[in-house]
Amino acid sequence: MKLELRGITKRFGSLVANDHIDLVVNSGEIHSLLGENGAGKSTLMNVLYGLYQADEGEILLDGTVQHFKGPGDAMAAGIGMVHQHFMLIPVFTVAENVVLGNEPTGPLGTLNLDEARKRVREISDRFGFDIDPDALVEDLPVGAQQRVEIIKALARDAKVLVLDEPTAVLTPQETDELMSIMRGLAKSGTSIVFITHKLREVQAVADRITVIRLGAVVGEAKPSESAETLASMMVGRAVDLAVTKHKPKKGNIGLSVTNLTVVGDRHNKVVDDVSFEVHAGEVLAIAGVQGNGQTELAEALVGLRIPSSGTIHLGELDITHSSVREVIDAGVGYIPEDRSKDGLVGDFTIAENVMINRSYGPPFANGLQVDFASRDRITDQLIKDYDVRTPSRETLAKKLSGGNQQKVVVARELSRDLNLLIASQPTRGVDVGSIEFIHERIVATRDAGKPVVIISTELDEVTALADRIAVMFRGRIVGIVDATASRETLGRMMAGATA
Amino acid sequence: MSTVVTPGLFSQADVTVSKRTSYLLGFFALLVFFAFGIFGKAEPVAFQWSKEGDAIHLPDFIVGSNVVGIVVGSLLAAASVVSFLLARRRRATPMWITVGTGLTAVVALLAWIAAGDTIPFAFILGNAVVLAVPLALGAMGGIMSERVGVVNIAIEGQLLTGAFLAAVVGTLSGNLYVGLAAAMVGAALLSMVLAAFAIVYLVDQIIVGVVLNVLVLGITNFFYSQVLSNDGMHTNFPGTFDIMPIPGLSSIPILGHALFESRITTYLAYLIIPALWFVLFKTRLGLRARSVGEHPLAADTVGINVGRTRFWWVTIGGLVAGLGGAALTIGAVGAFGRNMSGGQGFIALAVVILGRWHPFSAAAAALLFGFSIVLRIWANQVSPDFPTDFITIVPYVVTLIAVIGFVGRVRAPAADGQPYIKG
Repeated sequence: MKLELRGITKRFGSLVANDHIDLVVNSGEIHSLLGENGAGKSTLMNVLYGLYQADEGEILLDGTVQHFKGPGDAMAAGIGMVHQHFMLIPVFTVAENVVLGNEPTGPLGTLNLDEARKRVREISDRFGFDIDPDALVEDLPVGAQQRVEIIKALARDAKVLVLDEPTAVLTPQETDELMSIMRGLAKSGTSIVFITHKLREVQAVADRITVIRLGAVVGEAKPSESAETLASMMVGRAVDLAVTKHKPKKGNIGLSVTNLTVVGDRHNKVVDDVSFEVHAGEVLAIAGVQGNGQTELAEALVGLRIPSSGTIHLGELDITHSSVREVIDAGVGYIPEDRSKDGLVGDFTIAENVMINRSYGPPFANGLQVDFASRDRITDQLIKDYDVRTPSRETLAKKLSGGNQQKVVVARELSRDLNLLIASQPTRGVDVGSIEFIHERIVATRDAGKPVVIISTELDEVTALADRIAVMFRGRIVGIVDATASRETLGRMMAGATA
Repeated sequence: MSTVVTPGLFSQADVTVSKRTSYLLGFFALLVFFAFGIFGKAEPVAFQWSKEGDAIHLPDFIVGSNVVGIVVGSLLAAASVVSFLLARRRRATPMWITVGTGLTAVVALLAWIAAGDTIPFAFILGNAVVLAVPLALGAMGGIMSERVGVVNIAIEGQLLTGAFLAAVVGTLSGNLYVGLAAAMVGAALLSMVLAAFAIVYLVDQIIVGVVLNVLVLGITNFFYSQVLSNDGMHTNFPGTFDIMPIPGLSSIPILGHALFESRITTYLAYLIIPALWFVLFKTRLGLRARSVGEHPLAADTVGINVGRTRFWWVTIGGLVAGLGGAALTIGAVGAFGRNMSGGQGFIALAVVILGRWHPFSAAAAALLFGFSIVLRIWANQVSPDFPTDFITIVPYVVTLIAVIGFVGRVRAPAADGQPYIKG
């Protein structure tokens, strides 16, 4: 089916999220929509899917104008969508999720789950998905959940399939599998809109590329275009994709973790007998697919989780059972993976967020009283040094863009005297410009002779920043390799193979 | 396909099973064994299974009160040992063991209270059912509302509305069925107000619920003191539904009297509870409703109208709670009294949670509360010197123990209480 968007415009108040966007996707084509976070890609697709109503413009399928009042209409017309945040109900089975909203029923509106299972098996077999229709979605790995989403769309006879940032949660191997699934679907006539900000994937799989910046189409490109060209179209200026860093000047051991085990919320070992050391002046990256214990490891390191056994030493100091405040006072900087949940208080101002982890003493407080003059001076200096784009220090943190929020967190953590930096997903959901900046700062921290631990699921980030890479799988470290290791090796380790 | 990675769930072998249930069982074993057994009372106690003139008459079972304590205490100890062994093998104690031991422990408590007297099972169970009906129906209303993601703290107000309208309309019209219908419609309208404010205007659900409760209490108190107490004969004297024994079923030993010699309100509860279970878990309607309560955005993306679904489930939930209110007046005592529901709506809320948002479990939890209330009344009769205050706390102790020890991980519908704001 041929999809055409003509002059789609969507405004939220004074913000123009989509500005007269034109897009043509031919039948059986993989069309990539490339743009930074916040460029308006998801808004555009939500308009296409009927979740939002466009203020202007029209949607055409095979030349006929469509009017979608809701997702139901869009689905009926043959549009399927795999959302970035899966639209699956965790406590339902695969079959229940697939038929939801389109249920086969018997008398009295009873669910015909046998028919539902059959539909899942048919599609699953046709594309080699290997999905158990009776499995609960919450028990499935993310890669499998994504396939459930694809089955869900195909079960509704989707002719146009929209994939919104589908590779964010996958291993490199799973990404390759997804791409071959996409090619298979396209060959069978499905049109695919592939939304992403990852250049490598666009080059690998797209037939055509439309680049979006600040809500408007910048232009079309061919996948044969160089990564630098695509990136500069995306960002609007020349971008240096490589991180420049010198050879590490390793010092003494700054952090040593020995046989650390952490029991998780479901009474299982989420971190299982993990040992590693980080030297001063070195970056150790912890790679792995999301959900393999990295989050819990980071939380244990900063005192948010109590390890059930093992030790954590910061230099000579044992911080295994230290409170969060003791860990902060020992000079551990922490950039949490979810800045809106753990990094910032959205309803606090930037100034308040800057002082939040040192509110109890100088330079932010004198006895019981907040030293406002000092706080404001420091905040203004940080806003300047870290290039936080904000109207003022009194702006609420939630009003800032993702990149600027992250800069506030980074500024707060790096502006004190550190003995260790732990950065979890430091550039997730951050624009390319800010990524460059944050990476520079992390490398500068290393060069200042501090031990640095980076936790990231983005292999590009891991290989760009790390001096050594530890790969986590199912709570264990399967191996620690040099930063020169190939993507293939790392990918295999992320799936559990030892180095 | 590639290696399967399950986030957060690595190997079942790593999962440790909590020994909390085992310790609780052990504690109760010791308590029953020593307090009711070794240091219990030696007087005989008669277990009265049947009433005079029953078709099938079972003879009373007479035994020393402390003997019951020792036997039950030993049973509990055995159950506790089994539970420990299972926990060591990383297996959870099965539900039937905890529930079964709980029931036998109650028998020991009864035998201890009634030492030197009789335990009238038919009486206790029958009254427990009558008292449980309003709680159960209130809880069903609560389940219907919370399963679609709206916290319904206004059950109390719905019960009170139902109780009031059933009595007053029943008296004025002279027809109890008209009263019943008025109670249901009235409570449903109240629910509609909650739904409108919570879903359409996105007002905080707890605040709307509290306001509605206070409003209904004020209005009914006003009418009660201004009208009903002056001219009770013509406004507040509806009488009750007749007791309709179900032929055959009502002559089953022990259970027959209690379950099948009841009023229409009770029988309606028997129908509504399994019907709600069926709709929730076996039909398209229920699947959609639950999806709305778990992940409204996901439901929206497959074309389910979240607002409409929530609105109607909350409203129909009010209808059911209104029936529960009617059970308080024309299904039991036959007149309306000031603040008649007296907090039962809040107990129904606890019943929803204790019953894990499941109709059958909630019905069992309601029965547990009904039983605690009867126990208080009966204990007062059988041993007047017994401190009533102590028995009064039994229901609350039972709730605490049940929630802490036996319910385990309770999981509410994921979007319970969260308004759905469309982009």
